[in-house]
Amino acid sequence: MRNTYVCILVMALVTYLVRVIPLVFFHGGIKSRFIRSFLHYVPYVTLSVMTFPAIITASGNPLSGLVGLAVAVAVSVWKGSLPLVAAFCCLSVYISSLVL
Amino acid sequence: MDRGRRYAFTRGMSSGIPISAGYFAVSFSLGILMRNSGLDPLEGLVMSLLNNTSAGEAAALGIIASGGSYAELALNQLVINLRYFLMSAALTVHFAKDLPLHSRLLVGFDVTDEIFATLVAQERPVSEYFAYGLFVVTIPGWAAGTTLGIIFGDILPASVVSALSVALYAMFLAVVIPPAVRDKRILVLVLVSMLSSLVFSLEPLSSHISEGMRIIILTLALSAIAALVWPEGEEE
Repeated sequence: MRNTYVCILVMALVTYLVRVIPLVFFHGGIKSRFIRSFLHYVPYVTLSVMTFPAIITASGNPLSGLVGLAVAVAVSVWKGSLPLVAAFCCLSVYISSLVL
Repeated sequence: MDRGRRYAFTRGMSSGIPISAGYFAVSFSLGILMRNSGLDPLEGLVMSLLNNTSAGEAAALGIIASGGSYAELALNQLVINLRYFLMSAALTVHFAKDLPLHSRLLVGFDVTDEIFATLVAQERPVSEYFAYGLFVVTIPGWAAGTTLGIIFGDILPASVVSALSVALYAMFLAVVIPPAVRDKRILVLVLVSMLSSLVFSLEPLSSHISEGMRIIILTLALSAIAALVWPEGEEE
């Protein structure tokens, strides 16, 4: 069993270094085109990997998880506002879990 | 504080109010996941005060709950939060050239997607006091949402908590899907990422590679491939 507070400190230290190193050491942005492109794509991959398949299993009911995924994608395409997408997704998971 | 600094600070605070409200909603969803992973409200509060990152904190939960090593946790945070490296590098040209070291150390504490977007939209050079104003309003919103998410996760009925457990993932989709609709490269990348994630989560791969490692491996490999195939991804 690891100490949760030590885990939090490890996280905070790494995250802070990632944020602060460029501010302290780079004064003209990043020159390498590959590195810039790589860093540009990182968030899309990370968020996609974290979201799928976790969104299916998160609620404990895979069928309503699938409904929630479909609703979240549809609302994101229709109107990309974060709270709106989350609200519709949660609502659809709640209602569908009553039926499915 | 002289008048110019105070003005920048209060302007930062008022720009921070809508961000803080948005943070509250996201971190409440994060708090629900923390509660599901067994964190108590104080642990959630400290984690959010010190980290300010939805994806990073959410990914850490799986590693903490499964008793992963500190090294895995550190590597996982490094990879997931790499995007802040790019943002901080870009920010250097927005602040004054002679910004003192202690200000750089302070400003670096809270580079998030929303803070970055707000800072780069200001006239250059951006006052560091504008950034501090943003921080003092947004960080409490983020931390309070997390703590209340954990507390309400215990109070609300189980069926409601289950439904709320998908909220953070829905918000991640809301971040990823609109650019994917506009840019076919992002769309392909998102679909390949999800498909790979699914494959890695199935037996027998899943018993060898933890969720935290899955995020690290796929992020590094797929982002590197995308950068080679489609260099200069910035669509500005």
